[in-house]
Amino acid sequence: MALILAYSLRNLLARRLTAALTAGGMALVVFVFAAILMLAEGLERALVDSGSPENAVVLRKGSNSEVQSPVAVAEAAIVESLPGIAAGADGRPLVARELVVLIQLPRRGGEGTSNVTLRGVAERSLRLRPQVRLAAGREPQPGLPEVVVGQGAAQRFAGAGLHEELAFANRTWRVVGLLDAGNTAFDSEIWADADLLLQAFRRRSYSSVLLRLAEPGRLEELRGRLEGDPRLSLEVKREIDYYREQSEATATFLRILGTALAAIFSVGAVVGAMITLYAAVAHRTAEIGILRALGFPRGVILAAFLTEAVFLGLAGGLAGMLAAAGLEALTVSTTNFQTFSEVVFRFRLSGPIALEALGFALLMGLAGGLLPALRAARMNLLEALGRG
Amino acid sequence: MNPDAEAPVLVELAGVRKSFRRGGETLPVLEGLSLRVRRGEFFALMGPSGSGKSTLLHLIAGLDRPDAGAIRVGGVEITALSEAELTAWRARRVGFVFQFYHLIPVLTALENVELPLLLTGLDRRRRRAHAELALELVGLADRRGHTPARLSGGQQQRVAIARAIVTDPPLVVADEPTGDLDRSSAGEILDLLEGLCTNLGKTILLVTHDPRAARRAHTVRALDKGVLTDAREALDPQCR
Ligand SMILES: Nc1ncnc2c1ncn2[C@@H]1O[C@H](COP(=O)(O)OP(=O)(O)O)[C@@H](O)[C@H]1O
Repeated sequence: MALILAYSLRNLLARRLTAALTAGGMALVVFVFAAILMLAEGLERALVDSGSPENAVVLRKGSNSEVQSPVAVAEAAIVESLPGIAAGADGRPLVARELVVLIQLPRRGGEGTSNVTLRGVAERSLRLRPQVRLAAGREPQPGLPEVVVGQGAAQRFAGAGLHEELAFANRTWRVVGLLDAGNTAFDSEIWADADLLLQAFRRRSYSSVLLRLAEPGRLEELRGRLEGDPRLSLEVKREIDYYREQSEATATFLRILGTALAAIFSVGAVVGAMITLYAAVAHRTAEIGILRALGFPRGVILAAFLTEAVFLGLAGGLAGMLAAAGLEALTVSTTNFQTFSEVVFRFRLSGPIALEALGFALLMGLAGGLLPALRAARMNLLEALGRG
Repeated sequence: MNPDAEAPVLVELAGVRKSFRRGGETLPVLEGLSLRVRRGEFFALMGPSGSGKSTLLHLIAGLDRPDAGAIRVGGVEITALSEAELTAWRARRVGFVFQFYHLIPVLTALENVELPLLLTGLDRRRRRAHAELALELVGLADRRGHTPARLSGGQQQRVAIARAIVTDPPLVVADEPTGDLDRSSAGEILDLLEGLCTNLGKTILLVTHDPRAARRAHTVRALDKGVLTDAREALDPQCR
């Protein structure tokens, strides 16, 4: 039935402008839909990439994020003595006591302030994170007011560039190095010596203990020891699971938002398609009459108009996706609602998102085309012919 | 000139009634009409407008159904067919020619002619070959790629005739096929219809106002107030 396809397609081309405007409406909806899903995907990947499968994080029991997770100094010391933790070349366990504090820093260009994650790190912190490396400068020296800054944060905050100075906790901190952390959450962080930060912020507890497992399979053993110890009120999670949980709420929120927005906007696009196709049916009434007279059953008429609707949806869907794909080049930042710090990431187009967006466009086309196609198929043959 | 008087009957109507409802009133158009058309006959139907000529044509071509009476075409009692059966029957057994050509504007001449063949199950190559042959028969092979907008009225009607015969139906119905054409184009169309009858043995059912058109037919009948009368004598005395 290539001729029927050609028939539908050429009828759309014959009314190019109307068709383009109608498809444009659908493209807009698909764009919004795809863009928000891509945002959720990008956020999720940025956070998931932040973790390594062989690492585990120890947090206060029941806390969702490092920000609200006091781990006392004594507790941290017990954790370090537990079995199942990999040892470094020097024989000491591969463990880093870390502290996470949220501070506000002025943005570059005087556009107000934003929250940024300040991470107190230990000597081992960098080595425990293979996805983070020093891109320029050197590591901060323990005990000195020095920081290294993720490249994303360095661009966004005033005074965060290499060899510049930052002011927080009533002190001045020198930026001695830049971190290349790819698209992970660390790209948006500032790192300083953990023990110095404890003093500066008058804290008595760390936020987490990051450790390398001797073998990935020994997590359960470690968990048993940890949770069985009456002195400790801590829990341990695989690092990737921790970051996945971090992104979950925001990503889910974005997905619901995207779907809801698309659903609302799609009403307009579907009505637009319906109007266009009703006009097409009215315009081609005599044509429908002759096709029926020639012996084409009602089903073929229905199919021809539905095909037109599907073509419209497909065109809109592809245009919208193409525009959304262009967003991949952009970098955005958003507040991660779990930690209330800013996370920098990219829009990510994935196969499933592309399929969902196209499917959504096709559904819009079909929804808009169904009633007009039914009208065309149900038309009285002689009345249709009479409108020659 | 006269068709074989022994030729079998192709179209047979017995006691056909048809009325239309308009508003609350019933408008009787055909009241117990009977009629026979032989295979290979060129049959013209005349009469004042509103007398029911088109209605009768539509009934015979299976586009509409009578309120009462029976219509047999080629041995098939079409009044007994379901809608789907009637649709399929039209596709195989009737060719249509209308006053306003009714070609599909977005399809080329060749594609317009090919259209009815989509319902036959022929493969694409054969469909093309049949459509080309039909276009050649109406003398428009060189216009196969043109869309209707680039053809004159007469040429469009010739494409419509090619479309009507491409499935090789025994019956061709033509409703005022020359009504919208100038005299010379009308002559060409009538020549073609006559040729279909004499060369291909088609049965032609022509509805017309035009005595020049009716004069080509073997049989001319006039419909007036629901009654059929022989109308050949009523035509110009220059009748052939
Ligand atoms: N679908 C219809 N609904 C109502 N009246 C109709 C319909 N079709 C035809 N008629 C009426 O039936 C009569 C015969 O019409 P028609 O067969 O078109 O006549 P003719 O072809 O001889 O001009 C006319 O009065 C016309 O108004």
